[in-house]
Amino acid sequence: MSALYDLAVIGGGILGSAAACRAAEGGMRTIVIEQQTLGSGASGVNAGTLSLQIKRVRLMPYAIKGHELWEKAGERVGFHKTGGITLAFNQREADLLHERMALKREAGAPIELITPARVAELEPNLSRKVVAASWCAEDGYANASLSGAYYRTLLEAAGVDIRERTPVTAIDRSGSAFELATPAGPVRATRLLLACGAWLRSAGAMIGLDLPVRARVNTVSVTERGPALVGTVVGHATGLLTLKQKPNGSILIGGGWQGTGSPDEGRSSVDPATLLPNLRLAMFAVPGLDRFRVVRSWTGFEANVPDFFPLAGAAPGIDNAFLLGCVRGGYTIGPYIGALMGDLILGREPELPLFDPGRFATGASAAA
Amino acid sequence: MSDYDLILLGAGPAGAAAAIKARSLGLSVGVIDEASAAGGQVYRTPSPALTATQPDADRAKGDALRAKLAASGAVLYANHRVWSLRPGFSVIAIGPDGPLTLEAPNLIVAAGAVERHIPVTGWTLPGVIGLAGATILLKAHGVLPGRRVVVAGSGPLLLLVASKIVAAGGEVAAVVDAAPRASWLARAGSMLARPDLITKGANWLLALLKARVPIHSGTAIRAIHGTDGVESVTIGPVDRDWRPVGDAERTLAADAVCLGFGLLPSTDVTRLLGAEHRYKPELGGWIPAVDASLQTSVPGLFVAGDGAGVRGADAAPLSGELAALGVARRLGRGGGGGSAGEAAQTEANWHKSGRFGAAMSALAMPPPGAAAMIDPDATVCRCEGLTRAMLDAAIAAGARTLADLKATTRCGMGPCGGRVCGEAAAMLIAAATGWDREAIGQPSARPPLRPVPLAAITGAFDYDELPIPAPAPL
Repeated sequence: MSALYDLAVIGGGILGSAAACRAAEGGMRTIVIEQQTLGSGASGVNAGTLSLQIKRVRLMPYAIKGHELWEKAGERVGFHKTGGITLAFNQREADLLHERMALKREAGAPIELITPARVAELEPNLSRKVVAASWCAEDGYANASLSGAYYRTLLEAAGVDIRERTPVTAIDRSGSAFELATPAGPVRATRLLLACGAWLRSAGAMIGLDLPVRARVNTVSVTERGPALVGTVVGHATGLLTLKQKPNGSILIGGGWQGTGSPDEGRSSVDPATLLPNLRLAMFAVPGLDRFRVVRSWTGFEANVPDFFPLAGAAPGIDNAFLLGCVRGGYTIGPYIGALMGDLILGREPELPLFDPGRFATGASAAA
Repeated sequence: MSDYDLILLGAGPAGAAAAIKARSLGLSVGVIDEASAAGGQVYRTPSPALTATQPDADRAKGDALRAKLAASGAVLYANHRVWSLRPGFSVIAIGPDGPLTLEAPNLIVAAGAVERHIPVTGWTLPGVIGLAGATILLKAHGVLPGRRVVVAGSGPLLLLVASKIVAAGGEVAAVVDAAPRASWLARAGSMLARPDLITKGANWLLALLKARVPIHSGTAIRAIHGTDGVESVTIGPVDRDWRPVGDAERTLAADAVCLGFGLLPSTDVTRLLGAEHRYKPELGGWIPAVDASLQTSVPGLFVAGDGAGVRGADAAPLSGELAALGVARRLGRGGGGGSAGEAAQTEANWHKSGRFGAAMSALAMPPPGAAAMIDPDATVCRCEGLTRAMLDAAIAAGARTLADLKATTRCGMGPCGGRVCGEAAAMLIAAATGWDREAIGQPSARPPLRPVPLAAITGAFDYDELPIPAPAPL
């Protein structure tokens, strides 16, 4: 008979790892089971943008806490606080920018509107076609590809067992504990946390939940190293562009343009039809990019639910099972909301309220 | 809306033969190639400045191939670089006149092979070039790699390059072959089927002996020395598994090194399109899994030539014809019962003629022990400046796949996209873990398949016409 864990976490991304660390620090015997390797999903392949300007209003308090945690992680995650500029190139975008940034400012983000002349001072290589812009000194970025290595260290320090390259193929909860079937043998735990991002839907189905989780397929591109062009994180009023130049001179271009594929197919691909406008928007914002060669574009799955807010709380109708998935801004918020989730599992009151998955009909009662 | 029944990527011997065959079966065919003319690497057209050079057999074969392709009615898009593809298939390229997208329900990838590199200390010095790169320099440009050249690595390209240098009036300081002499003899059986090619090899050898070029078998470069360029090369013996042994080193004065360890099938396109691949060391490494007509696991996606497994230029046209027959059959074209018989015959001929090339390819293939040739301070990932010691540290910390290494060290993240360093990085993981290559995986193929200037992708555009979707939710 295998050992009985207090908590088994399915998914070794930022969310699952942060929750596992908190639970283990609170005394729970914890295991993280990951189908690939730690941080290999959205946690590791996103553009690493830490921008309060692109966070949703209701999530702002969580995003501010998330920024603090990434800043504390510092060099280990390639954190840089550069400030960020969001650009509008026509009146429609300017209206959108004014409306949105006012609400985000009210929610606590230190965002200010700046003039096109100020933009030119801050970033002389940006387009001169800016009609309105905003600035947030808290914005910056970290290096998402370091997420896995960072959390490996934290998990090991917290004494969490890590099982990688281990897909969970079935979950049985007929006894007093959950029994997770894996190719490497069963794992038993009294509590279960599903934190597997875009794969939440298929994992939920294993415990009888019909979760309304769909996958977005976000595209990111990177150029070769080049001369200094921009020093801040550059965004667009619609949120459809993020751009930053890393210390090594390469430029990362994101913005959530959609590729093709699905988690069920196990593969996603860049769609040249959406890559093109993504790169054109980047070129328009930073004309000097024309000389940079693109070396790679890639895609990653981001979980998505109908109201675009996180799933974070008890699994409806299933004792001792919990769900955790972040939608929009998961990289920024992940370390914080993951820790809150750990608190909830430990039976503590989280510092900020979580996002009850029970707000969606999940069909759990039928399965229970 | 399709532009053609079939698009060919690559106009080398395999691609050209496939195009000509497909045209003879009535298919409309577009052929895309990076070079300025058809011929591939083996029949590459010499630079116009070289018209005075002595005509050779390869030149004549290349001219005949170019004439046949031109007469076939296939449309050749020369000077076009394919940077992305979509399933079904769209081929997205950049040419002299800007971006080009072509569509066809069938695609034959005849993209050939790329060089396998094993890093040695000093291989980043100016004056060190690849063996395959050296053949281009010599064939297309008539340029010697240096005045006194060490030709090192493994496989038949060693003799080809060294003899071409001698023929062009250069000096070869030594041919340094990691394979023990016995392994050439072990392949003799496969080679006896092609006395013409043995004669070719023997002639290269004879030319080297005549020029008193020392040939060291079971020997490898230990380090390349110099400040602003190659000044000398230290060589030493390796065992049967290519591990450096003993201290019988010697240092040779040289100002250039041609270094290569055989060829890897070029699988960028088939990986990008999601075809299944298998690791077949006897055919050069990772190759797409194919059926008898060389169709991959992706319907309509075929491969031919060295990209289907390194078998050499003589087998390539047959594989091209075989794939073309497969495409015609898939389209319900190309005439009745005779075509099945023809395909079977072509397949048999291809297997037969591929044996020699495959034996040559196997000769160049490093055994697992070859990872020991890479010193801790040798730069493995040139783009990111990562040494073996740095990669070994990441492997010791848990990296088990090329994707892990990429995430933790940036290995393969630079402009080469893993094409130069991926093999060596996989060898290091295998050496440290004992994992087999299938488990370690391939570098992931991402667009652009080659670095492309942003302006070349975006072209001219009007901001107001960008299809900007609804903004993210507030």
